[in-house]
Amino acid sequence: MSILEWFANKEKPKLTSTKLEIPEDLWVKCFSCNDTIYLKDLTNNLKVCPKCNYHFRISPSERLSYIFDKDSFKETEKNLKPIDFLKFKDTEKYSDRIKKAQAKSKANEAIFTGTAVLKGMMTNVGVMNFGFMGGSMGSVVGEKVTRLIEMALDNKKPLIIFTASGGARMQEGIMSLMQMAKTSAALDKLDKAKIPYIVVLCDPTTGGTSASFAMLGDIIMAEPGALVSFAGPRVIEQTIRQKLPPGFQRSEFLLEHGMADMVVPRKDLRETLYKSLFMLSAAG
Amino acid sequence: MKLLDFEKPIVDLNDKIDDLKRLSEEGGVDLSNEIAKIKKKADSLKKEIYKDLTPSQVIQIARHSLRPDTLQLIKYICDDFVELHGDRAFRDDPSIIGGLATIKGNRVMVIGHQKGHDTKENIYRNFGMPHPEGYRKALRLMKLAEKFKLPIITFIDTPGAYPGIQAEERGQAEAIARNLKEMSALNVPIITFVIGEGGSGGALGVGVANKVYMLEYAIYSVISPEGCASILFRDAKKASIAAENLKITATDIVGLGVADGVIKEPLGGAHNDVDFTANSIKEVILTELGKYKKIKADKIMKERYQKFRSFSEFETDSLD
Repeated sequence: MSILEWFANKEKPKLTSTKLEIPEDLWVKCFSCNDTIYLKDLTNNLKVCPKCNYHFRISPSERLSYIFDKDSFKETEKNLKPIDFLKFKDTEKYSDRIKKAQAKSKANEAIFTGTAVLKGMMTNVGVMNFGFMGGSMGSVVGEKVTRLIEMALDNKKPLIIFTASGGARMQEGIMSLMQMAKTSAALDKLDKAKIPYIVVLCDPTTGGTSASFAMLGDIIMAEPGALVSFAGPRVIEQTIRQKLPPGFQRSEFLLEHGMADMVVPRKDLRETLYKSLFMLSAAG
Repeated sequence: MKLLDFEKPIVDLNDKIDDLKRLSEEGGVDLSNEIAKIKKKADSLKKEIYKDLTPSQVIQIARHSLRPDTLQLIKYICDDFVELHGDRAFRDDPSIIGGLATIKGNRVMVIGHQKGHDTKENIYRNFGMPHPEGYRKALRLMKLAEKFKLPIITFIDTPGAYPGIQAEERGQAEAIARNLKEMSALNVPIITFVIGEGGSGGALGVGVANKVYMLEYAIYSVISPEGCASILFRDAKKASIAAENLKITATDIVGLGVADGVIKEPLGGAHNDVDFTANSIKEVILTELGKYKKIKADKIMKERYQKFRSFSEFETDSLD
């Protein structure tokens, strides 16, 4: 009997109890099936629930280590930092939000860009970080994506972007909207230069990010169960005053409606990316 | 005429004028001096109020039910207009209209969001909120314009792209993204006018232009102030504070370099004198068309690309 089956037959233990003195981070609860998973099992399974196949959100560094050759990622443009040029203040100042996000994620912005090697193939890579202000796209994210595309135009190697973003960053007003046009325009140059561009849609990819570089890949892959949409489910429910059907705006829904090429389980992503890029590049 | 709440003091004075007029007619007394005095007061009050509007007051004018819409402006501006329909894939979206036109003899393609003025029209036009097929129709017409070397004029007036089930099913995000990409590379000049509401990606989807002009009381924003308030302030009633923070008025947008100029509206807003508004737009169109006639196609493309490439606000960390 595996430990998971044993748990399935037992009443769920109260992991939060201080009396037990079990470090909380040894176990995690699956957000989808509510099963309790031994953290080591989850990590060994690329942060995918062994029972229900739920794909947990993962950090950029985890993603890079799952997909690319060991330690091959070389970061570029990491010194670009956001500024509060509108002096935007909601319940908190934007400048304070930036500082907090930077301290929490130990990075300057919501995307990492650079080069990485995929089974010996050199690629240009962007990985968004939903943990940094919801992966939102302001001037710096837009600039880093554009510079990444320009780097691909220069070195003529394929481009892969992993998206995870709530959309445009409201605190940068109209300037964040303009990043949609800026990144999309740069992708047109990449298109004409016939350099392959693959998007991997990760949970979640919505709003201004989905309505720009996320939907413009030569090939669009999606992780299972990822929320991908233009308008968020809550906004739609408020507009049409109806509950949305289950599975609406998930990766599988996109595949069914012809908006993505394939839904790829995390364990197959490295191989599928490599194969696709190999075939595209071999053709040229 | 629909009244805006901040115009109430003016309305009160106008009511007083009406009262005095009735009194003088019924009683046979000459009150013309008093009437003239109050009228003068009402006029200066209106000027005073309109000199210093808050962003949320500007929004009310931008969304005014009588504000001139795209088709109306076309009627005033163009000598001739042939409307073209459909995306050739799914259906014709009445929220975006477009067609061939001549403006003082210049052949152009005109495309714009279309709102309605009453409930019936608004339902038909979906309140100016396009589905993906609207953006695909717009792109089809823009490609047609490029093929026949016609400059493109677009009018922006939308609360945003429609957030609905079918819009998502048919790829709202993809449709907008494609327009941004393809518009950036068209080799004919594109001149955009934000005439009312410039609502987020739904506005930008026909707005990747060489030149962007805003009417004085038009707005352009990454998200509606109401939407922003409910997300960031967790209170939709804080929309006016959100509007101030977002910097959405014509002067703000020009200040940020995203729009190239403001087109003056008549006192009280465009709906008070559509002829005046349309003529001001027409003048700008003719000036711009004249300029672009002398510029080569590849330069026009490059100019548009550079415009959007330059939108960046950041600092560089020198510690690394």
